Amino acid sequence: MRQATAVATIDRREFVSRLLAACPQALVITGLGSSSYDVFAAGDRPENFYLWGAMGGAAVVGLGLALAQPGRSVVVITGDGEQLMGLGSLSTIGAQQPANLSIVVLDNGHFGETGMQRSHTSLGTDLSAVARGCGIGNVVEIDEMGSVDSLVQVVNSRQGCTLAQVHIRAAELPRALPPRDGVYLKNRFRATLGFEPF
Amino acid sequence: MSSNIASPPNWQEEIFSILKGGGVRQVAYVPDAGHAHVIRRVHADPDMRGVVLTTEEEGVATVCGAWLGGERSALLMQSSGVGNCINMLSLIQNCRFPFFSLITMRGEWAEFNPWQAPMGKATQGALELMGITVLRANKPEEVAETVRAGFDAAFEGGEPVVVLLSQSLIGRKKWEHTK
Repeated sequence: MRQATAVATIDRREFVSRLLAACPQALVITGLGSSSYDVFAAGDRPENFYLWGAMGGAAVVGLGLALAQPGRSVVVITGDGEQLMGLGSLSTIGAQQPANLSIVVLDNGHFGETGMQRSHTSLGTDLSAVARGCGIGNVVEIDEMGSVDSLVQVVNSRQGCTLAQVHIRAAELPRALPPRDGVYLKNRFRATLGFEPF
Repeated sequence: MSSNIASPPNWQEEIFSILKGGGVRQVAYVPDAGHAHVIRRVHADPDMRGVVLTTEEEGVATVCGAWLGGERSALLMQSSGVGNCINMLSLIQNCRFPFFSLITMRGEWAEFNPWQAPMGKATQGALELMGITVLRANKPEEVAETVRAGFDAAFEGGEPVVVLLSQSLIGRKKWEHTK
């Protein structure tokens, strides 16, 4: 169990970059804000679907996708603020438990996009405990960059619905802006799975 | 509600048939008595997945995820849930996802609970403000044709469509009165 006094040292960009480099087949949904920038900075690809809004929705977009594509690893990469707006979605996901879905919450305990106000995860909410309480089968807390390798295995093995709470350093990094044309993002994502526009 | 289980109205089975025949694989829902038969049928069908939600906006997001993954998905809710969906509907408009939802109405016909009225009266307007096409079925014999029209507009035409199912279709909710 992580100590409340532990100092988060993980660099979010490096963590996401190492994770995605080792999961080249994964279908990736990002929550709005810095998580979208992290994924884009790691390399744009049609299998990335970046949310620029719909706050609280990233994990459940991932749920619908994971149920539709059970043979592919689905990774949701989002932040604590975005996930906190959709806490109920962890219950919804806990009730479905798609084995190919991994939710990676980059948790810096702050709303990084809006001026670094403290979020609930640094004010008492234990997100991993919430996820466990919602019945999500595999919940892991990550404090060290080296643990990225075990998360890679979890993602690629598709052996169980997972939530990983990654304690990242609260730092404001230069923005890396992915495309924000939703129709383009949708169509290229579907095209890479072999689905034609109607 | 228990009497509905014994013999659901025919229009409820017609709705299930349209979803099933139209290739819907995921049905996300916040339950309502008017959807109870469809929900039971979905959970009993090995080719369909019922996804119970804690709040309706999750369903807006999850049907979009299903479409990204190549599956058709529908969302069932009650009119009171429409207000919960408003910001999440940006996802539908920005990405032009096909969207199909069936909404049972409250607050408009023999309503006992006044707390249902404000959202019930605002349901159609709120959806239209967010760019959603709103159809309505008032009578049992209108349901199948209206649902099929909305379904085709959504999945053949890519339009965001809801069908409102009038409260008069569902009938009076039985309340236990105490003196």
